[in-house]
Amino acid sequence: MTQAANIDTERLTGLLQLMQRIRAFEQAAIAAQKEGLVLGAIHPSIGQEAVAAGICTNLEQADLMLSTHRGHGHTLAKGADPLAMMRELFGRAGGTCGGKGGSMHIADFGVGMLGANGVVGANIPIATGAAHGLKLQGSRQIVTCIFGDGAVNRGPFLEGLNWARVFDLPVLFVCEDNGFSATTRTATMTGGAGAGARAQSIGIPAIEVDGNDLMAVDTAARAAINDIRAGMGPTLLHAKTYRITGHTAVDPATYRPAEEVEAQQANCPIARLQSALTLAGVEAARLAALHTEALHEMTDIAAQAQATDWPDPALAYADVQDVGNPAERAF
Amino acid sequence: MARDTYLNAGRRAVIEEMQRDDAVWALGEDLGRGGVFGQYKGLQDMFGPARIADTPISEACIMGAAVGAAMTGTRPIVEMRFSDFALCAVDELVNQAAKARFMFGGQMRVPMVVREPIGMWRSSAAQHSQSLEAWYAHIPGLVVVAPSTPADNLGLLKSAIRCDDPVVYMEHKNLWALEGDVPEGEHLVELGRAEVAREGDAITIVTWSAMRHACLRAADVLATKGTEVEVIDLRTLWPWDRDAVFASVRRTGRLLVVHEAVSVGGFGAEIAASVAEALHHHLKAPVRRLGAPRIPIAYAPALEDRARVSDDAIINAVQGLIAPRTVA
Repeated sequence: MTQAANIDTERLTGLLQLMQRIRAFEQAAIAAQKEGLVLGAIHPSIGQEAVAAGICTNLEQADLMLSTHRGHGHTLAKGADPLAMMRELFGRAGGTCGGKGGSMHIADFGVGMLGANGVVGANIPIATGAAHGLKLQGSRQIVTCIFGDGAVNRGPFLEGLNWARVFDLPVLFVCEDNGFSATTRTATMTGGAGAGARAQSIGIPAIEVDGNDLMAVDTAARAAINDIRAGMGPTLLHAKTYRITGHTAVDPATYRPAEEVEAQQANCPIARLQSALTLAGVEAARLAALHTEALHEMTDIAAQAQATDWPDPALAYADVQDVGNPAERAF
Repeated sequence: MARDTYLNAGRRAVIEEMQRDDAVWALGEDLGRGGVFGQYKGLQDMFGPARIADTPISEACIMGAAVGAAMTGTRPIVEMRFSDFALCAVDELVNQAAKARFMFGGQMRVPMVVREPIGMWRSSAAQHSQSLEAWYAHIPGLVVVAPSTPADNLGLLKSAIRCDDPVVYMEHKNLWALEGDVPEGEHLVELGRAEVAREGDAITIVTWSAMRHACLRAADVLATKGTEVEVIDLRTLWPWDRDAVFASVRRTGRLLVVHEAVSVGGFGAEIAASVAEALHHHLKAPVRRLGAPRIPIAYAPALEDRARVSDDAIINAVQGLIAPRTVA
């Protein structure tokens, strides 16, 4: 466990609050799915909150981010409105995508969150292209691309990293490594040493970090982001974490021994940060209140989302394309 | 008007649009050397390597990067060399470019042009000869364009570059050297509008891309026998110009669709079905499609020819459709 003598307890308490809100958001979403209110597949990131919080706190709002199908935490940490996000999960009007995307396509371009993606690794070339576009336009913004450990076995990982190196693009690649490719252990499917070694073979610096240690993620991300903004080109951050739930909210994850999950629950990033802050002198009652407040906030948001209207069915025809717009003429 | 080639007309379109709009840039393999066919010749000298960007042989990343670059406010022209190779980037085009605007609730557009040359071209065999336009016409969100003349290649490519939707722009490899009259000055052709390439009252032929020229040759022959064929070049497959096609079929009462692509599941099926559904009572004969058999395209010319729709096949199909119908 990280224990810094002079940690910034106010800042870290804020990050703990963010992590509690991410967890509470997902717990509310899971509860709503069990009631049949949230449809489709949702992929919780419970246990992985330190990656979202530790990285996004070091980004500016104008910076861009692309995420995975497990992207609620990243989106919330980037600054999206949780009520709009929850409405999206409920498929309601006023959702971040007007109810057209759902959990797997959550996006808020207003805060630089360019989309979760339902195709593993597909966000990597898009992120390099976004960085390419920014560079062509002389912007100082950077792009963060978060993907899972399963993505490193897809071609777009290799192609996207190579591209970012060749064109020296301002991209932070983050491998949020929870050890599982859907329901299969990624280690059994991956040749060699994985994400970091593959990045280094392309000439991209790679930093490995304990992804359940918020302070470690924060420190590593800040250094990497500073380097990227200074024009040093892409970096890969390999954050090792653990997914406490199954692949989806309805996956019982029986492919993992109970002892393993129990041990990982003890290693949960929220518990670890709470312990560190308590040791640093923050009152336990204040920390406990963050948990309660987050639960209340997200429970209330879920209720508001449920009370929101469905989208106008006519909107099914909107935003398909301008040329040959199906709303203009039913072909 | 000036004479120019199909290839040069496309090159001129890129130059004019890049001069007009700083956000336009091109990316693909070998662009600095002019592209596979010379479509980009000299452009890197004119615009620099940042705007005429040489990329790795990395189709998925070329396409995906264009999606990201389009989301951030640039207007990429994606060069895929051959439509066959673009299959390496289908996720990026179909799951990402075509869907992003919709699934993100209209938060942005993806203005990109994907140049994917199609068609049979001097014994290039099964992986360099396909015409896969129907696949993309099937995908909501994509505009699909297949120009057949130099003037249209100028005007349609310029319109495609200005379009805020992702456009699959399919030039025909066997037309690069084709010469034709090309307007001087600004020339734009509206996407989604067909051209009546030849007027006639006996039958409507709907076609696009290189088959326009075969259909016009066949029509010349048929005219000497007293049959006046109307040839409609769709130019844009999605959206296709139903008004032009329906108006013509209402007049002629007969429809033949001719394309180079495999007939099964080809875009001709969509046109034939639409006309059959909407204009049944106007038809004097069954609608008919003419396309390739469902075989990969072979290398040897004698075998390749079996996949090619010949002028004679078009003539025979027309004659079959206008012959007096006999009751069996």
